[in-house]
Amino acid sequence: MQHYSGFGLVKHGLSHHENWQRMWRNPVPKSQYDVIVVGGGGHGLATAYYLAKVHGITNVAVVEKGWLGGGNTARNTTIVRSNYLWDEAAWLYEHAMKLWEGLSQDLNYNVMFSQRGVMNLGHTLQDMRDIHRRVNANRLNGIDGEVLDVKQVQEIVPIMDCSRNTRYPVLGASWQPRAGVARHDAVAWGYARGADALGVDLLQQTEVTGFRISGGKVLGVETNRGYIGGKTIGVVTAGNSGVLAKMAGFKLPIESHPLQALVSEPMKPILDTVVMSNHVHGYVSQSDKGDLVIGAGIDGYNGYGQRGSYPTIEHTLQAIVELFPMFSRVRMNRQWGGIVDTCPDACPIISATPVGGLFFNCGWGTGGFKATPGSGHVFAATLAEGKAHPLAAPFSIDRFISGKLIDEHGAAGVAH
Amino acid sequence: MLHIYCPYCEEYREEEEFRPKGEAHIARPAEPEATSDEAWGDYLFFRKNPRGLHHEQWYHAAGCRKFFNATRDTVSYQILETYKAGQQPTVTAAASGKKVAK
Repeated sequence: MQHYSGFGLVKHGLSHHENWQRMWRNPVPKSQYDVIVVGGGGHGLATAYYLAKVHGITNVAVVEKGWLGGGNTARNTTIVRSNYLWDEAAWLYEHAMKLWEGLSQDLNYNVMFSQRGVMNLGHTLQDMRDIHRRVNANRLNGIDGEVLDVKQVQEIVPIMDCSRNTRYPVLGASWQPRAGVARHDAVAWGYARGADALGVDLLQQTEVTGFRISGGKVLGVETNRGYIGGKTIGVVTAGNSGVLAKMAGFKLPIESHPLQALVSEPMKPILDTVVMSNHVHGYVSQSDKGDLVIGAGIDGYNGYGQRGSYPTIEHTLQAIVELFPMFSRVRMNRQWGGIVDTCPDACPIISATPVGGLFFNCGWGTGGFKATPGSGHVFAATLAEGKAHPLAAPFSIDRFISGKLIDEHGAAGVAH
Repeated sequence: MLHIYCPYCEEYREEEEFRPKGEAHIARPAEPEATSDEAWGDYLFFRKNPRGLHHEQWYHAAGCRKFFNATRDTVSYQILETYKAGQQPTVTAAASGKKVAK
């Protein structure tokens, strides 16, 4: 793998940047792999990377029906935080946060992780009680967090309307300084490049059409490029997980919904943090390019269409304009939707399945991006050892039968 | 914006008047106490979530405030029919002969 550095940039500048190495190969599928990862998004690529790097398993294929990082990895609003209420979720997301903090160095790829802080606003007394509870829970788990009053909020975000004259006045916020944003595409590309360098085959435009299962154990996958054998198979296909589960003959407790986001025209720097509001339901940050990145809740109906409805966009922008009246004249540039796999308890499923050797990592719903490194790390361990990593164990699919749910709806609140 | 035909109001109305309420035709187990954990978990949490035709409940929240059912394609979002609560769909994957999109 070509090492990236400032010196390399200068060196390649002398040859007009015409001699950069390709970031990854485009190999022909082998007939047999130790591990097949289905889904070449951030989580799938991270899984493959950590399988090779941490567990020394390099005979790995990532099977992707489109192109790498072309699904939800490319469609989210890039927010990274770990201020979850319940221990199990907090530990998992904090595990991811710690990996984020060293990720650019680890991958030798600038993922532009910017710890600019994330603010979750409270607009009612109950919001503020929940914020106090969550921040205290975070601190007990060693996660940074502060409760801000409205004055402190106004100091950090002077352009926000914190007056008492709004329909839902801002009363305060929770504040996680270590949280922030990262460049979403770079995360997928960095993991892909790292995995490829360690010998992982990244098979693009290879769509899984079925599983070959014998005696309750998975043998491999049928694809549009023929049969590929694998001893262990990990499925990381977000919104399409239900479709894949159906192919393998079981059901998942997830429903697929469109989640929309939009970006504005680029502007001069105006907002240097991430503001989220559960109550008026919207969130906004400004990318390094200068455009406002805006998102909100899912469309209520099930959908696989990678687009959503206009009423949802309208509600989102109402919330943003309520908080930032000065944004009312900003023009929106692009809007898109991704398919999110929502779980009844708003927590992921990282689990063995009724089929031996087949594992699923799904159900991240609206908040998977922030967990990308942690998800890949614990899922790689799960695939390598054939049993759940301790951090992944509480996220077994069995919880929907035992009733031991991890109800993060309150903590996550807003689509995240 | 979807235009949805409310079978009670007998009119097309705009999507904003309605709220989607998830999969339709889920029967509550007749004897909850006698139901196994698996069956109860299945009833509570496990949904069909198909890529293709979906029979689902809608609520006419800003209209007649009645629940009704719709058959909708979850890829194209086209609503193929709406029908009153308690009725069965006429458009199904089997009946229409339409191959459920992958």
